Amino acid sequence: MSTGKQALDELKALGEYVAGALPGAVTRQAISYDELCLHLDPARCVEPVTFLRDDPKCRFVCFIDLTAVDYPERERRFDIVTHLLSPKYIRRIRLKVETDERTPVPSLTGVYPAANWFEREGWDLFGVFFSGHPDLRRLVTDYGFEGHPLRKDFPMTGYVEVRWDDEQKRVVTEPVNLNQAFRSFDFLSPWEGSGQYVLPGDEKAGSQGGQR
Amino acid sequence: MTKSAPLLEGTAFPQGVLPHDMGVQTVVPPVRNFSINFGPQHPAAHGVLRLVLELDGEIVERVDPHIGLLHRGTEKLMEARTYLQDIPYFDRLDYTAPMNQEHAFCLAIEKMMGIKVPRRGQLIRVLFCEIGRILGHMLNVTTQALDVGALTPPLWGFEEREKLMIFYERASGARLHANYFRPGGVHIDCSRKLIEDIGAWCLTFPKVMDDLWNLFIENRIFKQRNVDIGVVSLEDCWRWGFSGPVLRASGAPWDLRRAEPYECYEEMAFDIPVGKHGDSYERQVIRMQEMYESCKIMKQCVEKLLSPTGQGPVKAKDGKVTPPSRAEMKRSMEALIHHFKLYTEGFHVPPGEVYAAVEAPKGEFGVFLVSDGGDKPYRCKIRAPGYAHLQAMDFLCRGSMLADVGAILGSIDIVFGEVDR
Repeated sequence: MSTGKQALDELKALGEYVAGALPGAVTRQAISYDELCLHLDPARCVEPVTFLRDDPKCRFVCFIDLTAVDYPERERRFDIVTHLLSPKYIRRIRLKVETDERTPVPSLTGVYPAANWFEREGWDLFGVFFSGHPDLRRLVTDYGFEGHPLRKDFPMTGYVEVRWDDEQKRVVTEPVNLNQAFRSFDFLSPWEGSGQYVLPGDEKAGSQGGQR
Repeated sequence: MTKSAPLLEGTAFPQGVLPHDMGVQTVVPPVRNFSINFGPQHPAAHGVLRLVLELDGEIVERVDPHIGLLHRGTEKLMEARTYLQDIPYFDRLDYTAPMNQEHAFCLAIEKMMGIKVPRRGQLIRVLFCEIGRILGHMLNVTTQALDVGALTPPLWGFEEREKLMIFYERASGARLHANYFRPGGVHIDCSRKLIEDIGAWCLTFPKVMDDLWNLFIENRIFKQRNVDIGVVSLEDCWRWGFSGPVLRASGAPWDLRRAEPYECYEEMAFDIPVGKHGDSYERQVIRMQEMYESCKIMKQCVEKLLSPTGQGPVKAKDGKVTPPSRAEMKRSMEALIHHFKLYTEGFHVPPGEVYAAVEAPKGEFGVFLVSDGGDKPYRCKIRAPGYAHLQAMDFLCRGSMLADVGAILGSIDIVFGEVDR
């Protein structure tokens, strides 16, 4: 394994190579923490993945992970993040596709069968559609569950809770009732966290723009 | 033949209709496909797994695993807690080898914050990761033997697991949910006596392994139930995202400890057992051999930890990330402030995203961490090896006998803590 600057150059060259081989499919590339990330055009995201798997200079034959990240303030709020591994060159790559609640993302199940459950989980927990997926059912949540829990606008405590009702002799679903509210304290320190308010005695620093 | 007089092809009868009802003379008993539930409460399901099996006689035609019965929403809960409060969640993923999971999370944080773990901290981490590997493999190999009919292996193996968990307890205070690895190192130093005791255990362990090996690895029934069962080619392994012993049994000398060395694995001498057939039996043999190798690594760690060069701090001296010692906290105002801030607000991780993976006993355990610069993870995706393995159950079991489902399930080493998260 190469280290340091050489590794960075190699990653950069790889990014350029993929972007050059498929003009227009790669919209942006970035390297952070020694990891290469390619942003793909949502309409054509299967093509570069197939290329990465089959090209003799890439050989990303191993599917590692697929997940979503929710940024509700964005217009296309979800990042679909895929990680691939090239065991031949001992290299990893991250691919990103942006989407929203309605636009489906092409499924990768045709390229890697392993994408199946990862995409089902993406649908289950985030509500992202994958077009061409053979079996887009819920996976980890309960039978009959409603909502997509990993979205940022879904409360951590959820909406419903279940309990066994001894009279009805069955499990009943009820709106969640917290005997003690979840204590989420705002610990952000006044030195690092406050952009909104000026501390008493600190007015001068604020007016001079010295406040961090 | 026309539709009114159906051919007897075994599956042509609607439910409840017997052949003689249709005016057909037959000697073949009516056969139809069965759908059966395997689990969610079944001792061979290794946890709460519900497999919906479609059977043609005893041949498995389709497997549909239903998971999520142990889903606790770990990733959601983590987003509402500080990084330090998130570490215990990792113990509860693969609970057979807790510290290996913590390790991946700590590596991700350290990568983002640029923290370097001191050498003694690294050695202790490697030591306990290998203990974790033996814990995980010992549980899997012996209980898989139980699944195929051998009762004694778990009884012998769990005795060693118990000793190892006592080492866990002496280091961290807990047998299982250790919460011992912290960003920047480990929580507290191990006593010299503990290191020496682990060293002494390493001398006795190969004998126990030899006994176990003689007990069931060469056993006729164990072989009949496992050889040529659940064969996977190397190419399929990659496509399905397999890792760890399952991948190595199919012939890839791929181990993250070697391929992408982290901590001080580079200076450890150990072999990577590789199979070539990729069946259930080889997966178990590889796990057995890996336990010997882990024991070798542990011996080296113990030696280094006891030598003068292995002394020193066990966590990075950065007051913003690691807490000060208790004694220091009582004397220094700055240390007190650091302590207070760390356990209330926690530390801030710079914005960005990172993927860190370790070679956990079951395979590649990865953490994809997204930070927005706050004191809580914005998103933390846990990539569990068992998840990729379990989703291939349909691929692995199709066409095999019903009795092999249990053997295959055991050989891909499933723990529901990490699959359901």
